[in-house]
Amino acid sequence: MFSRKSLGGNDTGGLIVMLFIALMLVWVSVGNLAVHESSPWHVSTYTVTLLGKFLCYALLAVSIDLIWGYAGILSLGHGAFFALGGYGMGMYLMRQIGDHGQYGNPNLPDFMVFLNWHELPWYWHGFEHFWFAALMILLVPGLLAGLFGWLAFRSKVSGVYFAIITQALTYALMLAFFRNEMGFGGNNGLTDFKEILGFSITENSTRVGLFVAAGIALILGYLIARTIVRSRFGRVLVAIRDAEPRTRAAGYPVAQYKLVVFVISAMLAGVAGALYVPQVGIINPGEFSPLSSIEAVAWVATGGRGSLFGPIIGAFAVNYSKTELTTIAPDLWPFVLGGLFILVTVFLPKGLISLLALRKKRSMTEAAPPNETPRDPGSKIANQHNAPPPQEYLP
Amino acid sequence: MIDAYEESAGMGERINQLKPGQADISHGTILYLEDVTLSFDGFKALNGLNLTLDDGELRCIIGPNGAGKSTMMDVITGRRKPQQGRVFFGQNIDLLKLPEHEIANGMVGRKFQRPTVFEALGVAENIELTLTGSRSPWRMLKVRSTTTERDRIDEVLTTIGLIGLRDRPAGVLSHGQKQWLEIGMLLAQNPRILLVDEPVAGMTGEEVVRTAELLVSLAGTRTVVVVEHDMAFVRKIANKVTVLHQGSVLAEGSLTSVQNNPKVIEVYLGETPCSN
Repeated sequence: MFSRKSLGGNDTGGLIVMLFIALMLVWVSVGNLAVHESSPWHVSTYTVTLLGKFLCYALLAVSIDLIWGYAGILSLGHGAFFALGGYGMGMYLMRQIGDHGQYGNPNLPDFMVFLNWHELPWYWHGFEHFWFAALMILLVPGLLAGLFGWLAFRSKVSGVYFAIITQALTYALMLAFFRNEMGFGGNNGLTDFKEILGFSITENSTRVGLFVAAGIALILGYLIARTIVRSRFGRVLVAIRDAEPRTRAAGYPVAQYKLVVFVISAMLAGVAGALYVPQVGIINPGEFSPLSSIEAVAWVATGGRGSLFGPIIGAFAVNYSKTELTTIAPDLWPFVLGGLFILVTVFLPKGLISLLALRKKRSMTEAAPPNETPRDPGSKIANQHNAPPPQEYLP
Repeated sequence: MIDAYEESAGMGERINQLKPGQADISHGTILYLEDVTLSFDGFKALNGLNLTLDDGELRCIIGPNGAGKSTMMDVITGRRKPQQGRVFFGQNIDLLKLPEHEIANGMVGRKFQRPTVFEALGVAENIELTLTGSRSPWRMLKVRSTTTERDRIDEVLTTIGLIGLRDRPAGVLSHGQKQWLEIGMLLAQNPRILLVDEPVAGMTGEEVVRTAELLVSLAGTRTVVVVEHDMAFVRKIANKVTVLHQGSVLAEGSLTSVQNNPKVIEVYLGETPCSN
């Protein structure tokens, strides 16, 4: 009974969050489109876009929880996959501008005209088609994660070392995308979007449409992640998280499992980024900033990792506070974020969801043994997910 | 010596693709280690180690700390590759050419010193993950539990005496129960050789007795290798003991003969080998 609960058999929390999101999608859409502006029930377009952004962040958080919460892979560079998905969508949106740009060049985006380029770089071809862009939004983050993960997991790079090289990855990409010669708009990134799938991007109905699309993507992404963690594959991931050498000794090709889940996670992050860009109207290299990736991990930790729905709550809670606080006292935000991270780690190691589930004393995903091995002081450390058991260090 | 080594390496390549079931054990020998040397930064953890295990025997391996016991198990399970030497499973399977996870599947199962079970998963789920069968990620995404699997899980749980706890999370088991669960996880993998590292460390007297019974009952159908410090326990189970010292075999034989061996006595500073 208990063990079934451990991997999502107990889905009350997830069900409530999903219902809440579905309800929000309906309520906000109706409130914006059907209720007159003078009514107190009217939902402003600003709110629609803001919530739409949060939905994308939440999907990013789910993608991080899938690898961190279940497989114990801490990626501090997931913002890179988010940004790559965003650039994929941005390139499509740039091509949709056509001759409505400032320079009126039907073939070249404004920044290329400005740089005196005469033809479209080869890697921009195809992005005028939505289906092609959609494919790239999945493929580019997936392939990068595949290559990067293959190199890292094959060499058994894990824990802190993996986290550091993911930071390096996103930082390197940021520097690369800052360069004008890369052909992605350099410093300014891609912006001034006009249309998506033929709809004007500034139109209220388009905004609501994008918001709903982000909500549906979040629900689908959550369901995909949940299906994965509830399968036997998911149980192998938990086994890898808690006792990697044991899993390897049991005959599992651990690197392959990590690779598969890392690629799926990167694709989810890519989709989140792609839905984010048309809503905020810009994608620039700042999205690759290492700090963004760390913030995303903080949402997951705040919400409660290893639950899939906790990170959704975390993404909304942290970003809502950020929005409120940055309007009141913008300089304060980094301190609040840091303080929050410390408070959650110390007082709520299982995140905000442990507040909601107080009566379930023991979260089964992290069942602590009541009696430690008496002669082994190292076992306490080894129970933390990222610490490899002492055998790892044995010569 | 060098010639023989090269010749056998060539032969190993040719027969590399054999499956565990195709192991040739017609000579009654399940594992050969020959002249195995493995050094870390100049320190020879294994130094020309020779060891032969008969199919179905129960062997105890003892030796002071740093004698190379853990490293030897690392080599047999494919976790570390020695710089020199040969390791054969049966007459014909070269373990040095196989990755760790292939060796683990049906050939050599290893129980770690500290009980390592998947604490967040249920007792039955722990066994389920270690059942023989394909380990491919794609299969694991689709697979559903079958009746055959459930029967096999219950059979293993009965053997290790944890059938009554099948739905508990493994994390709440007592220390001894975790050790048995881990042995059960090895049984589910159906290995020909079972490597067990200090199985009774930290166990109560009653648990030690049950563990001894369990290990003795497993030998015969498979080869059991126990690394243990506790000489009382070794006396309970072993008929053949190998003493390791500084990476090679110091003595081999019955417990009494080994205990009376002057070299062994010297290594253990004039005392009978006993750590507690």
